[in-house]
Amino acid sequence: MIAKRIIPCLDIRDGRVVKGRNFQGLSDVDDPVSLAEYYNEQGADELVFYDITASAEGRSLFVDVLREVASKAFIPLTVGGAVNSLADFDRVLKNGADKVSVNSGAIADPSLIERAARRYGSQCVVLSIDIKRVNGVFRVFAKGGRENTGIDALEWAKNGVDRGAGEIVANSMDTDGVKNGFDMPLLADLSDRVKVPIIASGGAGSEKHFLELFANPRIDAGLAASIFHYREVAIPELKRFLAQNGIPMREL
Amino acid sequence: MITIVDYGVGNLFSLESGLSSLGLSSEVTGDAERVSRAERIILPGVGAFGDAMRKLNEKGLSTALQSAARARIPILGICLGMQLLFEESHEFGLHEGLGLIPGAVAPLENDLREKGFDYKVPHMGWNPLTIKRRDCPLLKYIKDGTHVYYVHSFYAKNCDRFIAAQSEYGVLTPGLVWNGGVFGSQFHPEKSGTPGLTILKAFAEAVL
Repeated sequence: MIAKRIIPCLDIRDGRVVKGRNFQGLSDVDDPVSLAEYYNEQGADELVFYDITASAEGRSLFVDVLREVASKAFIPLTVGGAVNSLADFDRVLKNGADKVSVNSGAIADPSLIERAARRYGSQCVVLSIDIKRVNGVFRVFAKGGRENTGIDALEWAKNGVDRGAGEIVANSMDTDGVKNGFDMPLLADLSDRVKVPIIASGGAGSEKHFLELFANPRIDAGLAASIFHYREVAIPELKRFLAQNGIPMREL
Repeated sequence: MITIVDYGVGNLFSLESGLSSLGLSSEVTGDAERVSRAERIILPGVGAFGDAMRKLNEKGLSTALQSAARARIPILGICLGMQLLFEESHEFGLHEGLGLIPGAVAPLENDLREKGFDYKVPHMGWNPLTIKRRDCPLLKYIKDGTHVYYVHSFYAKNCDRFIAAQSEYGVLTPGLVWNGGVFGSQFHPEKSGTPGLTILKAFAEAVL
């Protein structure tokens, strides 16, 4: 049976890993290449990198980081951050990425999803959505969670999959950084709506939260950052705990 | 020296890095002449079957691969490259493949639905391998039950005799197929961690 995936996420700015709390107050954590190698050895099933650099200089540092990671960690690598065009897809796919995650770029121009899926295949196109409840409705937020687009998040996920997205990263802004568990109501609604793999993000604080997450059989992966970076949860112990509780896990 | 066939589909970075991390030298080429003179050949690929076959045919690479197979030069197809080794594919119409392994490629979705499985397509993620042919040289370092990384929406059928290892995803998915000097890996050995790299190592060492 296919294993559930545990995915550490690395936010990279100017070639360094950062992690925010509710997207604000970023603080430096580690060197991305050594962190990636560490996670690979620990049994991470995949790595996600978000390039949150604004400058062209920082962007070329990111490509250097990506190439170095991809020549040391032989597991799937997903890259996101400021992906607005097919040229952006090309840049990261040629430098070791296996999948590309689109967010604000797809909101600005949804045809990007179709064009990318046609050129690189759906398996390369990940739609990442920042989601927050506004008056009880799940809304899509753009620009790193700063701007409410007013778009219904469940509709947007469905639309993205219809256009060719092969996977969804659902990042709940309501649970992000709070460490009280994943946003299970959101994930239940979302998994009813779309048939592609779903990566849950935002809210993991303990091993138990991952067990709760995979109680929904339609969730494929759990993503987290700070709890892994700060070693609050260790991946080998987490995977052992989940396996003992009947969740299919990849054995090293 | 391992010759990686470049026909304009897919990301070769990880494959090249994987081989060089094992201390194996490789060259990337789209030149049919060089492919036909290769010592060992890897045929990678992602994307659509029909499009890939058209590109291989246009560049004379289909003929080069077929004559290499006749000359018992070891060939390893990966992902779409594995599917291209079969006789035909039913991916958006009927397409003729390289015909190096008997069997056909079909969409996962129809067969899953027919069997009443509500599984997601693409089949994406880590799935354990069940070894059927312990004598397959590529499985030299692989334990039964090793997880490997798959990403695909189509799969090989009617090729039971040639399955060296398989995974279960509602239907039995051929993971590694083998016919003489021709090998095909549906999963990505270059993305399956350390065990995946041992498959590339075993391919470089394989004596036919």
